[in-house]
Amino acid sequence: MAQNESEIRYLTPPTVEIKKKKYCRFKKNRIKYVDYKDPEFLKKFLNEQGKILPRRLTGTSLKYQRKVAQSIKRARHLALLPYVTDMLK
Amino acid sequence: MLNPYETVFIATPVLSEAQIKEAVKKFKKIITDNKGKIVHEENWGLRKLAYPIQKKSTGFYYLIEFQAEGALIEKLEVEYRRDERIIRFLTFKMDKYAVEYSEKKRKQSESEKKLEE
Repeated sequence: MAQNESEIRYLTPPTVEIKKKKYCRFKKNRIKYVDYKDPEFLKKFLNEQGKILPRRLTGTSLKYQRKVAQSIKRARHLALLPYVTDMLK
Repeated sequence: MLNPYETVFIATPVLSEAQIKEAVKKFKKIITDNKGKIVHEENWGLRKLAYPIQKKSTGFYYLIEFQAEGALIEKLEVEYRRDERIIRFLTFKMDKYAVEYSEKKRKQSESEKKLEE
């Protein structure tokens, strides 16, 4: 019985991912203000379709996620960023 | 009580240089006439829009940073809406971080200019 347990074979070798710790780039770099006039910077928080990425992917803290979202919406209003698109990056 | 504001407007690309200047002058006059103080202005020039507005794909961007009382904003926005040359505008009340940021940016661009000279 004990022998059987040690001989468990996987069809595909199990991959153990080393988790990289996510961090809030605003807190790390001490950025206090998210500028809506800088579309290139805001693009880091968008996916290819121009949707805002969730916090769980970017690691942004809640305080700054709100500011990022607001700035992106302002930039969209001023046609600095698209509302809908394909292949943004 | 003066508050710091920032306003960006997009004018139609069909205008000539002189007409743009005239429009800018008009809005600056509205601000100064209503006891506003212009702190900074920036001409971004003709830029491509991320999506068409009123079937136009480009527009002249202009940014004015100013200090004024809250009552001015309504007047300014009414003028924006009445003016056919303006296709989009945004007025933004700056918090202390925004003021700090724009001051820093301005100093940076000034020192860059000096370096070029």
